[in-house]
Formats: sequence, structure tokens, C-alpha cells
Amino acid sequence: MPVVVVLSCVAGLVGTGCVAIAAGHGPRACRAVYGASLVLSLAALAAALVALLDGAAGPSATVLPLGLPWLGAQFRVDALAAFFLVTVNLGGAAASLYGLGITGEPAPHRVVPFFPAFLAAMNLVVLADDAFTFLFSWELMSLASWALVMAHHREHDNARAGYVYLVMASFGTLALLLAFGLLAGADGGYGFADIRAAAPTPLVAGLVLGLVLLGAGSKAGIVPVHVWLPLAHPAAPSHVSALMSGVMTKVAVYGLVRVAFDLLGEPAWWWSMVVLALGGATAVLGVLYALMQHDLKRLLAYHTVENIGIIYIGLGLALAFKADGMGLAAALALTAALFHVLNHSLFKSLLFFGAGAVLAATGERDMERLGGLIRRMPLTAVAVLVGCVAISALPPLNGFVSEWLTLQAILQSPQLPQWGLKILVPAVGGLLALSAALAAACFVKAYGVTFLGRPRSPQAETAREADRFALAAMAAFAGLCLLAGILPGLVIDGLAPVAQALVGQRMAPQLGQPWLSIVPIGESQSSYNGLLVFAFIALSASMAIYAIHRWASRAARRAPAWDCGFPEASPATQYTAGSFAQPIRRVLGTGVFRAREHVDMPPPGDPRPARLTVDLRDLIWDGIYAPIARAVGFAADRLNHLQFLTIRRYLTLVFLALVTLLLVLALWV
Amino acid sequence: MHGLVFDTAHLLAGGLVLVSFMMLYQDRLSALLNTFALHALVLALSVAWQAHAQDAAHLYVTAAIAFLFKALLIPVVLRRIVQRLGIHRQIETVVGIGPTMLAGMGLVALSMVVMLRVTAEAAPLAREDLAFALSVVLLGLLVMVTRRNAVGQVVGFMSLENGLVLAATGAKGMPLVVEISVAFSILIALIVIGIVLFRIRERFDTVDVHVLDRHRGEQP
Repeated sequence: MPVVVVLSCVAGLVGTGCVAIAAGHGPRACRAVYGASLVLSLAALAAALVALLDGAAGPSATVLPLGLPWLGAQFRVDALAAFFLVTVNLGGAAASLYGLGITGEPAPHRVVPFFPAFLAAMNLVVLADDAFTFLFSWELMSLASWALVMAHHREHDNARAGYVYLVMASFGTLALLLAFGLLAGADGGYGFADIRAAAPTPLVAGLVLGLVLLGAGSKAGIVPVHVWLPLAHPAAPSHVSALMSGVMTKVAVYGLVRVAFDLLGEPAWWWSMVVLALGGATAVLGVLYALMQHDLKRLLAYHTVENIGIIYIGLGLALAFKADGMGLAAALALTAALFHVLNHSLFKSLLFFGAGAVLAATGERDMERLGGLIRRMPLTAVAVLVGCVAISALPPLNGFVSEWLTLQAILQSPQLPQWGLKILVPAVGGLLALSAALAAACFVKAYGVTFLGRPRSPQAETAREADRFALAAMAAFAGLCLLAGILPGLVIDGLAPVAQALVGQRMAPQLGQPWLSIVPIGESQSSYNGLLVFAFIALSASMAIYAIHRWASRAARRAPAWDCGFPEASPATQYTAGSFAQPIRRVLGTGVFRAREHVDMPPPGDPRPARLTVDLRDLIWDGIYAPIARAVGFAADRLNHLQFLTIRRYLTLVFLALVTLLLVLALWV
Repeated sequence: MHGLVFDTAHLLAGGLVLVSFMMLYQDRLSALLNTFALHALVLALSVAWQAHAQDAAHLYVTAAIAFLFKALLIPVVLRRIVQRLGIHRQIETVVGIGPTMLAGMGLVALSMVVMLRVTAEAAPLAREDLAFALSVVLLGLLVMVTRRNAVGQVVGFMSLENGLVLAATGAKGMPLVVEISVAFSILIALIVIGIVLFRIRERFDTVDVHVLDRHRGEQP
């Protein structure tokens, strides 16, 4: 019974969190908490893997006498839940491993109790099989992660990040609450089994989808409800950032998949238009935001927005194909989206671990003050390089496979009957390709400026290699990225039961293909062999190295590094993150961010330095959030005098409210 | 027999509404307390009749509690408080009697319209009882709103409470536990209010809530 095993692990995690409050916050207590989290996550991971791979066993469910008295707390592990449990616990185990090595955490008592609780809550969301348990776990997840975001609450801007996060999380839960209320109907059938059995009308189903896109989408980081994400994710300690970005956004994706593919029954074709348009816009805007950032962790957080967009594109395609009865293509698109879920959790966690290692070694998140770290932190640099290559969707790593599969699904779109989709899907494909290219540029910038070149600050010059636990966590995920890239057939076949359960068909078995290729549609259309690409890259690289070492002159030539005509220049003359992003900012940012450059050139004779300032505006914030904030502030000012009424006035207000409601009832019923 | 049961219950519940109206125009505190005692007495009779009609012995206990505490103990205690405060002759309504009575009539009409329509499928006895009970609750609120004196507001609150008891006994099968807890909560509220009133009186020389408002520290 995997559900019992995972629930025991969850109970263990909750218990660990409670013990952590009591146990104090010495280094040994912290290590014990992270060790316990690691062991429990690994146990839950093993149970989830068994549940996913052992397709014959079918879903396992249990009911605990908690929650609503007539409902209980229902838990169930089916193929979809098992896959997401694997993702959650894989990320949880790696973050715990990273946590084992943390030294010098300024406020461990603000991190250690909430960390296992956060892991437990994410597991519970995926396990839940009734609306009450789902929403409760969802809120627990929000609150635990909020507490972790506020761990360093005295740092600049962290309190604001926590505030925005709290507001957006409440808003998202409100949307989900309404969605589940609509799904449960007037009879209050809150169990997922009841919801599946009741077929909602098209109007209700459309409303529910919109609310879930708002609610789960705000947690996942869909534009335009993404604003909290790039503030909150970087504010948390790095291993928690990895969990929030790599895992919690995936739990949010799970919420959408569970409702749209499972609970709502048969989709309508126009749903996919909404999801696809949101996904395309999110992908491009996310990566553009990321390109403009020079804060390493914030760049990674914005990049999460882009990847969620890619996942949504896959899900939208799957909805479109499912609505039109194209089961095989739907299975392909869904598999691509879920594959990207796994991939993104791997490489984004890896990159956040790397950013955390850099932050721990230098105390800097600003890329303009880093540089040359490849010499001081060679192992971290290699692991982060693997992550960068993977997230840029370059073969032979895993990011390429899932984006390639998504593009393959896009190529199936001409067979769709609706003209709206026929036009929209290729456009979204263009956006996807654009975002992939921009992502590559973004990570060339991030890696090149952080790890290559010369140190731009004394802190970067004296950096030390990360501790062995952090290195182990990064190495494990880098290895998994490579493994999933050269053996994608394993993952695709592992996802087959999920696709079978959600869209009624599965992709053809890939492990039986010759030479471990993957063939998504048919041999005649396209195939990809990660192993072959890897072997080719490895072989040609070794041959090149051999050739250079064999035939090149042995006479050593010493020349100044980065000497582009400026001998003995200071590190400040290097190419910076800002200069790298400038061409793209000028081409795309002028419209999207209203980017303006101001040159302040002193007149001849004035010794003051010339200055170039760039002014970027976040149009989504200015256009949506700022007016709402102003309206709320205005209303609060107006309503403020209600604070200062007499007792009798308050009584009168209550009385009048009651009478008004009764009048409404009298006129309405 | 059924006709008699129904008519008597109707009469007593209607009587409760009538006494609520009487409370509306009592502008002296001692008279208001007398009317409240009458209110509780009618409630006790009504509950006792319900006990007889539903053949539920525990409702007799409820009726006895209502009689002992609400019709005897609480009015006596309140009267002593009022006399010790020396405000038993004070006139203290905010709104004039005419508009108050008109508003009360409107409220009764409203509660009839709402309740009779909402409870279309319920038993006729329970329907009438619920409609009257809602009227009593609304009239109690009106008493609270139209009084300036804290004692008057307490009496209004307790008559509202009587309406709730009427509603609860009208429906079959209310456990006694609820009634006992309600009675005790009222008693405790009375004690607390008594202490608070004396404290306020010691401090500010008045129990007029209008005067108290001037002493609040949170004025804008």
C-alpha cells in the first residue's frame, strides 16, 4: 500500500517539524532534522516509484478520521499522484541533503521547523482525494513556505516579498475554494470520487477552469499572476528556494492537471486556447524578465516562470488533442509536459543549489560583483554548467528532450479541426522557440558572467569550494539530468500509465526501440537518440582534445588573459551582465518593459563621470496591481471612520444588515 | 384536541410578541424590567405548553428554568442594580415611541413573510412558532438599538434570547443541555454586566453609553 507508506513518511515529517521546535537550533539539531527529512523523503520516493512503475497494482486509497466529520480525510495514490510524489520527494531529498551541509545560517530556528512541514504539506496536496484535504494541505504548503520566505525577514525587501506572497497566496486559495465549491455543487460532494461522478455543465466547467487557472496558476507563476514569485523565491534560504521553484510550482501544476484532466471530465476545445495563450505569453515574458535581471537567484526565479509557460503549452496541447479525440497526440503532449515537470524540478533545483553555493561562498547574489568562480569552485562550476546546458534545452541533456517532444506535439496541430487552434498553435510554437533561444542567451549570460572571466569583487576572489553535501546534491541532480537526457525512453515509459489514465491512450513503448532512440509518432516522422548524440559529443570532444595535445606545439605561450587591447585593465572593464543583455533589451525590452536609456554626459571641462542609466518598467505591475492597490487604499481610507462609532451605532449597523438580508430573502424567495 | 393544542401554542407565542411590543414603549427602567419579567413568564408558559403538546418531559424543566431565572431572579437582581445606581426613574429612549412601534410592526410583517415562505414544508405548529420567534428576536434587537442606557440594552438582549428559546422549543427534540448552558450563560452575562456597570459607575458616575463614548481613548 504505497499510500500508507507515503502517509507514514508525511507523519514522520510533521513529527520532525514539531520535534525541531523543541530541540533547539544548534548545528547538531539542524543536522538531525535534515537527516530525518532526507531519510523520510527517500522512503516516500521509493514508495511512489513503486506505485508508478507497478502499473498492475492500480490506485491505492485510504480514509483517515480527520477533517470534515462526514467526509474524513481521503487520500489516494494513482499514477498521476505517484509521478508528482516522485518529483516532490526527489526534490525534497536533494534539498535535505543540501541542508545537511549548511553552516552559518543566521536564523536556523526560523528555517528548521518549517522545512519538514513544507515537505509534508506538498506531499499531502498530491495525496489528497477530497477538496477539503486538498485545500487544507494547499494552505499549509503556502503558510510553511511563507514562513520560510520570512526566515531572513530583516533583509532588504524580504518583508515586502513575504507580504506580496501572502496576499497572492490567499487570493489563489480563494479562487481554488470557489472552484471546488462549484465542482462539489449544492449537495456538497467534496470527495474527488463524487466530483468525478457529477458531470458539470459547460458553463460551470468553464468557470472552474478559469478559477483553477487563477488559483493554481498564481502558485505556479503564470503571467500575469506571477508577481510574487520572483520576489519570494529568492528571499528564502537557497535550498528552500530550490524547493519552491523546483517543486512547489510543480505541485501547482499538479492542481491544474488534476482538475482539468481528471475532475472536470471531457474538456471543451476552447479551454486549450486559454491555456495555450497563457503558456505562450508566460514563456516569453518570463525569459525576458529573466534576461533583464542581474541578481542570480532572481534570474532563476523569473526563469521558473518561463518553464511553467512551457509546461502549460504542453498541457494546453494535450487538452486540445483530448477534446478532439486525438488520443495518441494528446498522450504525446501530456507526456512532454510532465517530462518537463520532472526536468525542470531537476535542473532548477540544481541551479538554485549552485546559486546557494555561490551565495554561501561569496555573500553575493549580484552577478556584476562575481566572476571567475570556475577557478575557485571548479566542482560547483561543472555541476552548474550541466544545469545551464539542460535548462537551455541543448542536447544531450534532459531539457532538450521534453522541449523537443512539445515541439513534436505542436507539429501535430494541423490535424486539429478548429481553425482557432490551427492558427494559435503554430504561433505558440514560435513563442516556444523564441523563449528557448532567449533562455540559452540568458544562461550564457548567467554562467559566463558568474563563473568565467576574472573576479569583479574581493569576495569573488576569495571564494571557497562548496561543502561536500552541497556538492553531493548537485552531482546527484546533474547525473539525473544527464541520465534523463540520454535515456529518455525510461521516463516516457514511466509516464505511460499517467497518460493512459488521463487521456485514455499512451505513447508507444520506447524502451523496445533499437539503440535506445525515442520515436514519438512514427519512424518515418522523427526520432531522437540522446545516447548517440552524447556519444558523438563525447567522442568528437575527446578527439579534438587528443588532436590538440598530440599535434599542437608544446612550446608554452603565455599571454595576458582577456587582453582585448587593454593590458593590465581592471576587472571592471570586462563584459558585464548588463552589457550582455543590452542588445536584447534594446530590441525587445523597449516595447515590453518601456526600457529607456538616459545618458548623462557632463560638458567639457567638468570632471564628473558620465553616467548611463536604464529605466525599466514592469507594465503588468503598473497596469494591474498598482491600480488595485490604490483602490484598496482609497476604500480603506473611506471606511476608516467605521472604526470610531459608538456602541449603539454598531448595534444599529448589525440590526440594519440583518433586516436588509431578511428583506432580500423576502423579495427573492 | 389538535385544534386546541395549536390554538393555545399560537396564543402564547403571539402573546410573547405582544409583550415584546410592550417593551418597546416602556421608557422607565423599572417598568421595562416588569415587562421583561412578564415576557419571561409568557415564555415559560409557552415552553410548558410545548412540553405538553410534544409530550416531552424535559421541556418542563426548560420551562421551569425560564421561569425561575428569567422571570424571577434576573429581574430582581437587575432591579436592585438599577435602584442602587439610582436610575430607576430615568427616561432613556433615543427614538420616539411612535416611530419605534411602526418599525416594530414592519419587522413583524417582515419576519412573517420570510418565515412562512421559507418553511413551507414544515409542520404548521413549528412554522408559526418560528415566525413568532423571529419577530421576538428582531424586536429584541430593536429594543437594544433604541435604548441609550446599558441596562436597557441588557434587557433587550435577554428578550432576544427568549425568542431564540421559543424557536428552539418549537422544533422537536431540543436537548436540555443547550437550555441549561444558555441559562447559565445569561446568568454569567448578568453577573459580568453587573460588575462592569458598578465599575463604570464608580469611574464615570453614569451608565449612559452615550457619555461613555466620550471617554474612549481611540478617537480619531
